[in-house]
Amino acid sequence: MDPDLVLLLNGIVSGLLLGGLYAAAASGLAVAFGMLDIVNIAHPALMVTGAFTVVALGTWLGLDPLLVAVLQAPLYYLLGVGIYSAYHHFFEKRGEEALQGLAFFFGVMFIIEVGLVMVFGPEQRFLDPSYAYTTWRLGEIDLPLRMLVPGLFAMGCIGLLFLYLHRSFTGLAIAAVAQDAEALRLMAVNPVKIKRLAFGISIALASMAGGALVVVQPVEPSSGQVFIGRVFAICIMGGMASLPGCIMAALLFGVVENVTATFFGPSWSPAVAFGWLLLVLAFRPQGLFGKAA
Amino acid sequence: MNTHLRFWLGAAALGLLLVAALRLLGNDYAYFAGYFVLQYVVLASAWNILGGYAGYVNFGAAGFMAAGAYSAIVLRQALGLDLIPGIIFAALVAGLLGLGTGYLTLRLKGVYFSIATLCLSVVLQTLVVNWDYVGGSRGAYIIRPREIAPFVSYGEYLFIVMLVLAIGAAGIGRTVEMSRLGRGLQAIRDNERAAEAVGVPTLRLKLIATTLCGALMGVAGAPLPYYSGYLNPEAAFSLAYAVNAIAMPLIGGAGTWAGPVIGAVLLASLQQAATVTISSALNLWIVGWMLVIFVALFPKGILGWFRRKA
Repeated sequence: MDPDLVLLLNGIVSGLLLGGLYAAAASGLAVAFGMLDIVNIAHPALMVTGAFTVVALGTWLGLDPLLVAVLQAPLYYLLGVGIYSAYHHFFEKRGEEALQGLAFFFGVMFIIEVGLVMVFGPEQRFLDPSYAYTTWRLGEIDLPLRMLVPGLFAMGCIGLLFLYLHRSFTGLAIAAVAQDAEALRLMAVNPVKIKRLAFGISIALASMAGGALVVVQPVEPSSGQVFIGRVFAICIMGGMASLPGCIMAALLFGVVENVTATFFGPSWSPAVAFGWLLLVLAFRPQGLFGKAA
Repeated sequence: MNTHLRFWLGAAALGLLLVAALRLLGNDYAYFAGYFVLQYVVLASAWNILGGYAGYVNFGAAGFMAAGAYSAIVLRQALGLDLIPGIIFAALVAGLLGLGTGYLTLRLKGVYFSIATLCLSVVLQTLVVNWDYVGGSRGAYIIRPREIAPFVSYGEYLFIVMLVLAIGAAGIGRTVEMSRLGRGLQAIRDNERAAEAVGVPTLRLKLIATTLCGALMGVAGAPLPYYSGYLNPEAAFSLAYAVNAIAMPLIGGAGTWAGPVIGAVLLASLQQAATVTISSALNLWIVGWMLVIFVALFPKGILGWFRRKA
């Protein structure tokens, strides 16, 4: 086959695998930002924290990073519940989420990033699972397990989340709180409680995405910065509250970014994120798959 | 006497007093530390124009500031022009950057603008890292003259330039606050739809504010390469600028011209002292905590706290 075509095909396939990781990172935000209307810009920083604790715990216990990610998720759920309680008490209740709430999450992001530098040092951390250097081949196309396994793991997490949101009563209540919190009160459901639960789930998802991240690439405390543009762009492109839209946008994004990196060099890929975000905001703020308001 | 005239005369007198005091002290470090504090006065005042009056949060202070710093470097590389033309050019570039970002995102809800500014820093950094003309990721050197007449040292010269810029920035903030522009922006902050309904040209006012805010942030960054003699992307785009630009006005009292000045003098002096005595990571951490604690407990800042008591 033509070598350029092989390169392009491989770029697309590994872009799809990368997109799986991005979907995991963005789906938690789709819950917080899309459904609860909480602009959690600390989401990527929390994901990177999850990655760091996965490395620390996984090295200590000698376990697979993805298994550690699942085991530690309840702790991050509790952390999310704590953050939401503070946010609700100080900002949402007073109706000051716009300016002060944004500044709050920015401060949290900053505290996390500097805190990680102080605890773990500024250097890169990694934890290789046993399958890290195995690559399956389908004809001309490479399928490195380092990318494939976290991608499938991410899809599994999102699948469970989707089932939870569509099948269980509390899941439906989360979708309802996004549309009309007052109506939920009339059904004898406390919207604050539901939001606290949903935000906890969002942060637990962030930490699991962190586990997937550390399999794909080494992490450093500032890794979250590049992800801010990515996850918000994906979330907005996917139409904010829709998980299928989020996955589609993430896969598309992974492909575009990876093909750019293959042909123009990896140092250009962060620029793709921003370019997309600006174009989407300027021309299709309702998302690529959303309906016009 | 006219209140504007009184402000400018008072500020000029205060400035002269500062210069005279530092000359008596005759310590090079004093100029270095003074510049550090004053650059934050400019940055915080710039943020306040859009964030404090209109309630639109700009997370990209580091990006705008670095745009200013690299504009000064480009001008020097291309035409050999010095600091003062560099500052003017930086204002132009960063102002246009602000206008462009604002034009693309300000028609939507405020958070989209905030997210866009957050990404702007990352992307500008990517561009600079890939741009060999300004040194790429290796960074750029600027060999600054030892002395420049009629000043005692180049350090004093930079300090005085920054002092003039800081007084100018505070004055611009004050003028905005008292003008129709400021009142329009405050109306946008309180209720944008109502403001639009009574005929406030919201989009135009917001665009003026973002342009002004971007230009002033660029101005704050333009002398940076001259100040440190060497600039690399990591230092220019440091998140510390972004967090300080938000923390200082909010801690001092956002939405008043004096708030960012108070916040900047307080927080920057604290950081300068902490950098010398404790580690620099820890002092940034303290700033982060102060920001979170202040927005949670004292949403009107120091000024608001005093006003409530009075």
